[in-house]
Amino acid sequence: MNESITLNYDVDSNDFTRAGEASSSVKRKLKLMGVDPDIIRKVAISLYEGEINMVIHSYGGTIEVIISTDMIEMILRDKGPGIEDTELAMQAGYTTAPDNIRSLGFGAGMGLPNMKKYSDDLKIESVVGKGTTVRMKVYIPKNIS
Amino acid sequence: MQLGSFIEVMSEFELLNKGNDLDREVTVPYCCDLLSIVMGRMPQGAAWVTVMANTNALAVATLADAACIILAEGSSLDEADVAKAKEKGITVFKTELPVFDTALIIYNRLND
Ligand SMILES: Nc1ncnc2c1ncn2[C@@H]1O[C@H](COP(=O)(O)OP(=O)(O)OP(=O)(O)O)[C@@H](O)[C@H]1O
Ligand SMILES: [Mg+2]
Repeated sequence: MNESITLNYDVDSNDFTRAGEASSSVKRKLKLMGVDPDIIRKVAISLYEGEINMVIHSYGGTIEVIISTDMIEMILRDKGPGIEDTELAMQAGYTTAPDNIRSLGFGAGMGLPNMKKYSDDLKIESVVGKGTTVRMKVYIPKNIS
Repeated sequence: MQLGSFIEVMSEFELLNKGNDLDREVTVPYCCDLLSIVMGRMPQGAAWVTVMANTNALAVATLADAACIILAEGSSLDEADVAKAKEKGITVFKTELPVFDTALIIYNRLND
């Protein structure tokens, strides 16, 4: 594989029946491409948490996944409302999820910490009133690609 | 223990969907209902015991690589989610037993 492959997905706000579809699709594709299972796991977990955050906390947006020989890059862009204090949001246990969302199993405040733990590089840019862009990278070590 | 054999020895649980990855290894029971904790902590190949019977749990089981889901305390999937489990090939059981009792039975069977 010399060139990179780009996958694009739309993510709707509050659509829990489809939540996780982008991550599941990426996981399936990586499996078919023969990517190492540990790399797939890192991508699946970090992308799912980001996708679910878009469904729960944002007004919706897009996911772009770029697969190349040495890394998998995930770019999640949403249309707002933005995160006021990203440092606070990153803290384990911090959540603003309301009760109806918590009753579905979300709201442990562990999504962003999981993204930090399972991706090799995480950058969050957020402007209140405009939106949030989350960029994550998972590197593919030479010897296993 | 392979998932296929696990399904046979777990006859006291009701099988909602058999799944299609029956050769895979079932490693340990794992109990938790908060999905992000499950995502971050569940060991691969776990028999995941939960009361969280919904679409999101199915997604988490697939993405975090559980061997199967055991819905405890009488929780169950609705028809749409049973269809989804079939489509995704996820093994799902249900039982009236509490979470701890369910996990203990699994632990004992896996370590017999
Ligand atoms: N895309 C986003 N847009 C706006 N706010 C966000 C976004 N992602 C995260 N947040 C904010 O950051 C908080 C922490 O997010 P995190 O994913 O760590 O936990 P959570 O989603 O609340 O719960 P969990 O992920 O454990 O189910 C959220 O409660 C929310 O306030
Ligand atoms: Mg989250």
